[in-house]
Amino acid sequence: MAIAVWKWIDTRFPTLGSEWRKHASEYYAPKNFNFWYFFGSLALLVLGIQILSGIFLTMNYKPDANLAFGSVEYIMRDVPGGWIIRYIHSTGASAFFIVVYLHMFRALLYGSHKEPRELVWIFGVLIYLTLMGEAFFGYLLPWGQMSYWGAQVIVNLFGTIPFIGPDLALWIRGDYVVSDATLNRFFALHVIALPLVLLGLVVAHLLALHDVGSNNPDGIDAKKMKASDGRYLDAIPFHPYYTVKDLVGSVVFIAIFCFVMFFVPEMGGYFLEYNNFIPADPLKTPPHIAPVWYFTPYYSILRAVPPLFHSQFPGVLAMGVAVLILFFLPWLDRAPVKSIRYRGPLYKGWLAAFVVVFLILGYLGTEPTTVWGQFGFDAFFLDTKERATWVARLCSIVYFLFFFLMPWYTVRDKVKPLPERVVWH
Amino acid sequence: MKIVLAVVLAAPLAVLAAEGYRLDRSPHDPRDLVSLQSGARTYMNYCLGCHSLQFMRYEGLKEIGLSEAQIKDNLMFTAEKVGEPIKIAFNAKEAKSWFGVAPPDLSVVARSRGADWLYTYLRSFYRDPKTVTGWNNAVFPNVGMPHALWTLQGQRALEVVEPKEGHEGPVQYKWSEVSKGTQTAAEYDATVRDLVNFLVYVGEPSGVDRRPIGIVVLFALVVLFVLTYLLKKEYWRDVK
Repeated sequence: MAIAVWKWIDTRFPTLGSEWRKHASEYYAPKNFNFWYFFGSLALLVLGIQILSGIFLTMNYKPDANLAFGSVEYIMRDVPGGWIIRYIHSTGASAFFIVVYLHMFRALLYGSHKEPRELVWIFGVLIYLTLMGEAFFGYLLPWGQMSYWGAQVIVNLFGTIPFIGPDLALWIRGDYVVSDATLNRFFALHVIALPLVLLGLVVAHLLALHDVGSNNPDGIDAKKMKASDGRYLDAIPFHPYYTVKDLVGSVVFIAIFCFVMFFVPEMGGYFLEYNNFIPADPLKTPPHIAPVWYFTPYYSILRAVPPLFHSQFPGVLAMGVAVLILFFLPWLDRAPVKSIRYRGPLYKGWLAAFVVVFLILGYLGTEPTTVWGQFGFDAFFLDTKERATWVARLCSIVYFLFFFLMPWYTVRDKVKPLPERVVWH
Repeated sequence: MKIVLAVVLAAPLAVLAAEGYRLDRSPHDPRDLVSLQSGARTYMNYCLGCHSLQFMRYEGLKEIGLSEAQIKDNLMFTAEKVGEPIKIAFNAKEAKSWFGVAPPDLSVVARSRGADWLYTYLRSFYRDPKTVTGWNNAVFPNVGMPHALWTLQGQRALEVVEPKEGHEGPVQYKWSEVSKGTQTAAEYDATVRDLVNFLVYVGEPSGVDRRPIGIVVLFALVVLFVLTYLLKKEYWRDVK
């Protein structure tokens, strides 16, 4: 019966079967994927979770400056199961960035951005940028103090751009301050515009990947070696092998996700900021405005750069460059090998330094710049005596050097010879 | 990874190190219904004059073990129906001119301030002739609110001793009693614990339910993990 139904569909709509074969049952992936290769499918899973939970939130949320905060509390209390939906969505936002950061780190580990996957990487960076926008617009919606002042700060960053800045900020806000008009447009962008862009980019990311094939932890071509019967020696069909493997990864991920949701939904103030439980008050600036954790490395870079002619624009520029430089990674990395397994100590050292400074910058961005106190001495070159600001400056420099020096240290690095076949135990 | 862990673990410590009056740990327990009911009684009698709980309905108090009749007879002073939100008959503009700031709604105050802050704050009022209300607070200096529970706690005075010049050391707080209240110190602490407990409950009514649900969900996921893991193993046996 099932076969008859399938035959009926297949004669009328053969695309379904051919696409399934192309992208799943006959898409050959290297057999040596490790832990780091879970995060691609997990990112897709979180996207699904966010869209689904978002639909249900939209049914009860009110994008109105007078009602928004209350409608979120209404969801938390009076809507049956509403608190679960809301915690799924708020946990999902942070989970999305955790998964995407680990997914990007995987690329740095195994050289997945290198030829011939440059476009896969570029689509990925575009997804990351869109996700940042999506998260930023979404964060305004609960209309708490951090929503409001976070949005105010970020929109003002655009205002520092020379010449067009003030008009640009006005155009984004739709008002002279963040207001009901801003909330309405951010809602529209968050629930329809950017999700559409995100979905389109994800499709492009996957199509581009499936055209050139997946990289693997050894960074060599897994489809080069064939057995005498013409089958790949080191590549296996994505379905069923990786569908069942990713199923295990998804269950583990969902378990961690549920632990956060049911036991620590605020995650110590990192996933849900405490100050965001105070309704937005345009007349009361909070003493300490911190973005949510996933933006804080860039926020730290922004704060670390000293103003020039009373303009914060240099900091904004540095922050922009810190993100946009990712687009150039495939051409900055000139190593003859892809995987870190065959790279030399130079790349390993720089990558380790990069991870450490990224985390330190991330931590500092959640704290006021006074967090580590002041230097006990004075000197002419100290424009600020705050220790944390100087640490952030040092870390920002390392962040940029990781990219700017990459063309040199990747070429000079001592690489190991590549194996003929993927390493498989 | 170790550095990562150290950084992540050190983050809350840095927050704790922030200056100011040291917060006591709140001994609340949102599963203790007697405490929640006592807190609700204190709230309705002492706080609801100025502070609404507008995102909570009177009906919601059924969840802490009260019957509709009990709620109507003992806790509803201004509302008609149990389905109504817990609001105040208070003009925000007038309140602002009286206190300098309109008394905030306290529905989610336990989530923004935290239970420890509330527990310490409500036990740290002292007499201060320099303020408009004659009251001040060690946790929230120059607070607009007078001590609403002073008949229970009594009046206290506070002397803040700064460390001598050139000396390091913490600021010392010396409390002294000006007049007795109707409750002993231990009884008052218990009253505040119940009140904070109630506010924690009101801040997130689902907070009590979510842990038991979470345990069931995690248990189901562990079972699912075993099944999917065995499935994966079975499929991957032929990958050589």
